[in-house]
Amino acid sequence: MANFSTNEFKSGLKVMLDGDPCSILENEFVKPGKGQAFNRVKMRNLKSGRVWERTFKSGDSLEGADVMDMTLEYSYTDGEFWYFMDPASYEQFGADRDAVAETEKWLKEQEQYEVTLYNGAPLAVTPPNFIELVITETDPGLKGDTAQGGSKPATLSTGAVVRVPLFITEGEVIRIDTRSGEYVSRASKS
Amino acid sequence: MSDWRPSASLDTIAARAKLLHQLRDFFAARNVMEVETPLLAQATVTDPNLEVFSVSTDVVGTSPNRFLQTSPEFAMKRLLAAGSGDIFQISKAFRKEESGRHHNPEFSLLEWYRVDWDHRMLMREVAELIGEMLGRAGWQVWTYRALFQEHLSIDLFDPGIGRLQLLDVARQRIGDIPPDLDYDAALALLMSHCIEPAISDWGIVFVTEFPVSQAALARTMAVDRGAVAARFECYIDGCEVANGYWEQCDVAGLTAQFSADNEQRQQRGLPMRELDQRLLAAQAEGLPDCAGVALGVDRLLALQVGVSSLAETLSFDWHRA
Repeated sequence: MANFSTNEFKSGLKVMLDGDPCSILENEFVKPGKGQAFNRVKMRNLKSGRVWERTFKSGDSLEGADVMDMTLEYSYTDGEFWYFMDPASYEQFGADRDAVAETEKWLKEQEQYEVTLYNGAPLAVTPPNFIELVITETDPGLKGDTAQGGSKPATLSTGAVVRVPLFITEGEVIRIDTRSGEYVSRASKS
Repeated sequence: MSDWRPSASLDTIAARAKLLHQLRDFFAARNVMEVETPLLAQATVTDPNLEVFSVSTDVVGTSPNRFLQTSPEFAMKRLLAAGSGDIFQISKAFRKEESGRHHNPEFSLLEWYRVDWDHRMLMREVAELIGEMLGRAGWQVWTYRALFQEHLSIDLFDPGIGRLQLLDVARQRIGDIPPDLDYDAALALLMSHCIEPAISDWGIVFVTEFPVSQAALARTMAVDRGAVAARFECYIDGCEVANGYWEQCDVAGLTAQFSADNEQRQQRGLPMRELDQRLLAAQAEGLPDCAGVALGVDRLLALQVGVSSLAETLSFDWHRA
């Protein structure tokens, strides 16, 4: 893998730090008058998701990380791995629990996900911002309550529980914002 | 392409035009002569912390590359040695690999020299210039040592304070720090990460009497308990805008500084620089006793119009140039 010098650091560049792949968020060049110059760098550890702030001497370099983002289709799980497929090549990638993490509750077959591969293996799985899922269980809606704006819990086909308006009924397909986990609307008829 | 447009607003572009007039008026009123010197020179600086652009200017395939100036210092000193008297220049300067919120690899520099002045007299004039350009009064002077005592409780004159002690303080204050920092790099780290933010609401601050190891082209002088470099930097709201020296006139001292720079370059695996023989010849002939300062015009303009990045002061910043 190539090395990258501090002056090549830019947002989105993937580098290795302390043995973990990281994505650079911000790079600030600082130089006090005539002396040694530094770069203050903010980066996200792609394994833990934590944001690190580090200072480097300008001109220092880090090894690039073999990290790439691919859009893959979710296929199935055997309980240990969650399998994603490249729709172009039919190549399969098995993601473990750490990689799937919170996204598990938004996994729907044949839906496309952003999968971050590190050395060829899934490191993280990001759901689409909006997803449509069917409601498998919710209390019966109360007619005529639409204006009141009350809500109730509903269980979705993936097992996720979201709050929905009272007029929503079992078997309906709804649209959810996966970033906030909030109900958006009834799904458009397909 | 949408980035054909200027990175500065038209108001700021107009403010720059006005600022340039004001600067020229300031020096005209004080009988300081404006000069011009070449941007592309055969020799360049030895400073290990400066990266220069090397340019092929060859027409027949024999002469070596020339260098874009990192400041007009050497050429202006040759004018001083030739008897020019007080001079100033507003020119472009170029520093490779310096790009960021407060840096653009190509920038405008105001540099001036005062014959028979020392750095203290020149600090006062810098303060007057800034006062006039920014409409701000009041400024303070701190020694480098006092700033470290005030903010980090370290006395740099204490013989027990060396590189390792500085690195300990840096680790406590900053956390993870880069490995293999030498004494001056450790000071630079503390300056940029701890002291600069701490003086950002102090208005106009002059920092003077630098460690001897950071004398650069300033002369050194004895003070109470040790020796210091007769050098100053001016910070406005935590942003460094000017760097001045009571100039090193002694040619042997200058040659020793250049050689030490080249040694450091070698240690860091950087290319060595040939010494500027024309400058050395001029200084051997005699540089008059003088003080000189370089001030970043783009940063001054940024402070005047109240923008937070240099790009907003430039018609076209590095990425649009």
